[in-house]
Amino acid sequence: MPEVTIPIGPHHPALKEPVNFKVIADGERIVRLELDLSYNHRGIEKAAEQRDFIRVLPLLERVCGICSHSHSTAFSKGIEEIMQVMIPPRGQYIRTIIAELERMHSHLLWLGVAAHEIGFNTLFMWTWRDRELVQDTLEEMSGNRVHYGMNEVGGVRCDLSPHQVNAALERLPILEERINQYVNMVHDQQTLLLRFKGVGKLTREEVLKYGAVGPTARASGVDYDVRRDDPYLVYAEVPWEVVTDTNGDVYGRTCVRIGELRESARIVRYCLENLPEGPVRVEVPKIAPKGDVLSRYEAPRGELVHFIRTNGTNKVERVDIRTPTLANWTSVAMCLVNQNLADIPVIVAAIDPCLSCTSRITLLNTPGGIPGAVTFDELRKRGHFYNQGRGPQ
Amino acid sequence: MTGLLTGLVYIVLFPGFVFLVIYALFFEFLDRKITARMQNRVGPPIVQPLADFIKMLGKEVIDIDGVDRQVFDAAPVVALAAVMTAFLYVPVIGVSPFGFQGDLILVLYLLTIPTVILFILGWVSRNIFSSIGGVRVITQMFIYEVPFFLALLTPALMAGTWSISEIILWQQQGLWFMILQPIGFVVALIGLQAKLERPPFDIPEAETEIVAGPWTELTGRRLALMHLVKNVTLVTGSALIAALFLGGPVLPWVITPAWLGMAMGFCLFVLKTGAVLLVLSTIKVATGRIRIDQLNTIGWKYIASASLLQVALVLVINYRWVSP
Repeated sequence: MPEVTIPIGPHHPALKEPVNFKVIADGERIVRLELDLSYNHRGIEKAAEQRDFIRVLPLLERVCGICSHSHSTAFSKGIEEIMQVMIPPRGQYIRTIIAELERMHSHLLWLGVAAHEIGFNTLFMWTWRDRELVQDTLEEMSGNRVHYGMNEVGGVRCDLSPHQVNAALERLPILEERINQYVNMVHDQQTLLLRFKGVGKLTREEVLKYGAVGPTARASGVDYDVRRDDPYLVYAEVPWEVVTDTNGDVYGRTCVRIGELRESARIVRYCLENLPEGPVRVEVPKIAPKGDVLSRYEAPRGELVHFIRTNGTNKVERVDIRTPTLANWTSVAMCLVNQNLADIPVIVAAIDPCLSCTSRITLLNTPGGIPGAVTFDELRKRGHFYNQGRGPQ
Repeated sequence: MTGLLTGLVYIVLFPGFVFLVIYALFFEFLDRKITARMQNRVGPPIVQPLADFIKMLGKEVIDIDGVDRQVFDAAPVVALAAVMTAFLYVPVIGVSPFGFQGDLILVLYLLTIPTVILFILGWVSRNIFSSIGGVRVITQMFIYEVPFFLALLTPALMAGTWSISEIILWQQQGLWFMILQPIGFVVALIGLQAKLERPPFDIPEAETEIVAGPWTELTGRRLALMHLVKNVTLVTGSALIAALFLGGPVLPWVITPAWLGMAMGFCLFVLKTGAVLLVLSTIKVATGRIRIDQLNTIGWKYIASASLLQVALVLVINYRWVSP
């Protein structure tokens, strides 16, 4: 067969996300890949500059549906650092519990999606069934299933009652049993092994070169986890281990994520059992002093970075969000080349992409071909030009 | 005159087209229900396949620019006609009255037509997903068809006849071919699963890779008919395996009156095809999709070798014990 161009996305059953791949394939083999991000630029960073610290958290939570707690924790952690406020231990523990529950539901969701990408719908149905246990716990604790709204600058919004703690502890053994079942499944299930092993391989050097983060990096033997290497919340006190793997392929990434599921369950159990008494938040000043801070956080998908600059008012001057998906894209584009056409969905899914969070404005056809910045007026002009002759007049 | 009338009733009403369509829709329901229960879901109500079929019949048929409309309209009908004809030669209530020496070959040939039609649909669709799907359909066909044919022809070899009815009668006196030829039975089940493009062989219509493969551009009644073709193939294939390997719808004893024998035969038909479906659904639930290159390796290395081994065994057994 001659080379053909296969468009994948933004409307495609494999990726229900606003992204477009132009896959140039020779028969079933991928020759080249062109990526087009940014179908869905939402201007959240700009909007964050208009709101005070209380109102900016709900906005940042909506950067991502899956890791909503990650974004609000990363931001409030940064602001608290600038304000030099220490939040009370009970507040820190509750934040950690929510964070790890979020990691569990994200990884269970991912396992289901990865199984669906290779057409193994049974595992998809089962993991999503078990994910409901985590979701129920989160709903019980915070009142919401997706956007928990637990964080506030200076602590968390609400306390956990003994009843909520007990209900969560009761669900954990069931979850742990199911997780063990999935561990066995991933190691034994033949079609999973056929489709995961040796697919989308990345060596340790490549990971470091392309700057991949999170489970993608750890699956290639890069022993790096912000929770251990730059501890925040209570990760320094809790006994847990960083999960790594040396396979470097989709199988390795699955193993890492399943291992993290186990570790997360351990952390949640420890935190619930050792929840200290005391208040859950402190009063914080309305205004933050002038300063810059780089807040790092290990989101389910990898290292999340919030750069925050304050200017002595109750608003941020600039918040810049680097989502883990953005860091992982290059590695995906590289390891897709020379792979099989059928492996695109699972390789892309293996980094657990979250694309709406990642959308950036990049102008590639500026004079000289160098990506650059444009003024708002120029952007408006381009918009008018682009929309001429389209839509209702 | 009565012969003609019985023939017409057999073709049109029972167990011909009307019954076949109802049974095919019921089979889809059964398949979906079994799958759903195994996946811890509720599953559809019993009329869901019929409702889907009627709904799709009423939907708009979208013609693609630059594609021959006649081909697109005719293809599903031809495929449906082929598999429905094939079903007439498969025994339902006792042996088929249309059976002749060599009808096994005819049934196998007719069962191949939907696959070829699917390839043609994919090829003329002028859609990249359909074209890739079409190429995958034909590639997959070359992989599973040879072992599937060999596996289904081994009972014929041992029974020394090319007629499905005579193969059933042979089993009536002795053992089922499932026990005599376990390798052939397994290969036949795998081949049927691959022919029906169900997991792990749903490579041509891999949803997450190529949207729906050759089905992508099918709309309205074309899609409805192609779905029906799939279900009818499922019924015909299960019935064929039930006849060749599980003894078919006949009991070892002669039952009087004749209508009771027919009723018993029908019950056996439902039970045996249901059992085949249960196995196929279990395979579907328990596996993910493999890649076309992996299927190529597995198909030619193991499945084809297994079926050849079965043929060799049958020839040895025939030489030593069966034929004088």
